[in-house]
Amino acid sequence: MTLPDSARVEPEQAVPTTVDELAPLYRQMLAIRRMEEAAAKAYSQGKIGGFLHLIIGQEAVCVGSIAALKPDDYVVATYREHGHAYAKGIAARPIMAELYGKKTGLVKGLGGSMHLFDKPTNFLGGHGIVGGHVPLAAGAAFASKYRNDGRVTVCYFGDGAATIGGFAEGLSLSALWKLPIVLICENNQYSMGTPLYRSLAVEDVSLRALAHGMARDRFDGDDVIRVKRRIAEAVDRARVTGEPTLVEIVTYRFRGHSMSDPGLYRTKEEVEEWRRRDPLNRARLRLLEVGMAEAAIEALEADVKAEIEDSVKFAEDSAPADAYTPYVMKGAQ
Amino acid sequence: MAVISYREALNQAMREEMERDANVFVMGEEVGHYNGAYKVTQGLLQRFSERRVVDTPIAEMGFAGVGVGAAMVGLRPIIEFMTWNFSLVAIDQIVNSAAKMFQMSGGQFNIPIVFRGPSGPAVQVGSQHSQALESWYAHVPGLSVVLPSTAYDAKGLLKTAIRDDNPVVFMEGETLYGMTGEVPEAEYLIPFGVGDIKRPGKDVTLVAWSRMVHVCLEAARELAKQGIDAEIVDPRTLRPLDTAIICDSVKKTGRCVIVEVGWPQAGFGAEIAYQVQRQCLDALDAPVERVCSDDVPMPYAKNLEDEVQPQVKDVIAAVRRALYLD
Repeated sequence: MTLPDSARVEPEQAVPTTVDELAPLYRQMLAIRRMEEAAAKAYSQGKIGGFLHLIIGQEAVCVGSIAALKPDDYVVATYREHGHAYAKGIAARPIMAELYGKKTGLVKGLGGSMHLFDKPTNFLGGHGIVGGHVPLAAGAAFASKYRNDGRVTVCYFGDGAATIGGFAEGLSLSALWKLPIVLICENNQYSMGTPLYRSLAVEDVSLRALAHGMARDRFDGDDVIRVKRRIAEAVDRARVTGEPTLVEIVTYRFRGHSMSDPGLYRTKEEVEEWRRRDPLNRARLRLLEVGMAEAAIEALEADVKAEIEDSVKFAEDSAPADAYTPYVMKGAQ
Repeated sequence: MAVISYREALNQAMREEMERDANVFVMGEEVGHYNGAYKVTQGLLQRFSERRVVDTPIAEMGFAGVGVGAAMVGLRPIIEFMTWNFSLVAIDQIVNSAAKMFQMSGGQFNIPIVFRGPSGPAVQVGSQHSQALESWYAHVPGLSVVLPSTAYDAKGLLKTAIRDDNPVVFMEGETLYGMTGEVPEAEYLIPFGVGDIKRPGKDVTLVAWSRMVHVCLEAARELAKQGIDAEIVDPRTLRPLDTAIICDSVKKTGRCVIVEVGWPQAGFGAEIAYQVQRQCLDALDAPVERVCSDDVPMPYAKNLEDEVQPQVKDVIAAVRRALYLD
């Protein structure tokens, strides 16, 4: 099986790291995967409704990039954002309870899977209209520039957003106004069921930066440390010079677009090929290489299992969403 | 009291609120160096610098979204659309981002933003630049929709809009900018959801907002010559809507004519007619009448444009129907 041209950006090369650096990132990735698996199970049992978009296979992107941020930096994400929310510091319990539509959910059962928000960690959503959130992220970065608060905004979007106006306008304004933002295209090869070659004339999304005189980067997303290092360069650029970067990270979702998608537009061989590059397996092997004992890894994994099981129990045991209180029209008067 | 133009009243409101709160900024096409396509932002760049008076490229969806994002983290943007016609390429940001964010985030992120600019048909600018979109926005929970008809209302309502912690759709009358009126020198604010009687009367209630208030005032002068005393109720904000002031008037007059420059089908007047029959059916002595533009895109030629839009004679005819005079 030959991977598409865009699949392997650079030769495989281990990025230097340590157990202290990698272990917490592996833990986060694993927690996200277990959380997504638990959500998929609950969905198939009818306990979670609506749309459910899983990030399984792409975990290194959100975990590695958010690891390059300071706690008060802003993150703006799409509707495939459970992992980003967790990586930003939101606990599994309120995330899971939100998917269940419970009172204890992160946004009280008012948002659901696609609309996670958290003010304390500066997690600015959770947006369901493809590309529409790119200008919002530029707005958060605009506010940082306006106030000179030193914060950086990171905005995630898929390759599917590269074709819509919101992305084009957000990119152009970020460049024009030199906003402290890192725009991360999580290129998972498919906008829903449409492969790149059927949606983009030029499959390298990062090239769009050139038209705006903007810095760009493009690399594989299967090594969480590489993601962290490369995004750190872009974050540093934003924080020090106030200039934006467009970064494309090539990745793959192992599951369908959402729970209702069996992924019939891809071959089994293609999915298997990508599974061989699973960022979690890779990080686990690397942990052993850099000196973490198998027993210690297993202890970490047991801890993650308990954490996610606890979050499911918490969600199941929580009360339904409160009687409806409209969060609209609370004006100044 | 000073007599100033509707344009100047809006300018004063922005200037005063920008002096009052450093988080308030203006963003839009030609708002700064050009001093505003309709000169509403005249002089603001000079006073507040490029940091707070931000010229944008032509990218309504982009800069409307930038406004919403900035509002999420505590700034208070005033986003100017050169006209509300152009808001249609940004409607996703107004409806899906601004209006929904507060609820969608479980009450964590309110959006203190004002989207403002001229609305309603102007004169001979053709289909794409001549429409009244207030019914679209008034449909959306999470927005306030404001349409001042006088300089006094324009200033007081815009100041309230800028201080509001949630998104406001502020639609200025494109043909009202030069109209003058008395505006107090002392600060005042006009709350949303409080209508105003623009002319007291006892025989028929005319409900109108923005430029149609002035068409109704002229019609009322003609009607007075026919011995008909019309009361004109200007709700000023369509969302929230002051149904009480409308129904109180109808209870007095027994007749209701709603005049709007928008299209008839699913126009805002239909909502008012529903509220009136629901809340004061027993007071009605005649079916509620509506006067709207014709159900067509705006033509260019002046005679056709006049034919399509509500005119004084159309209001008079509707009033006479409501009074069973014709």
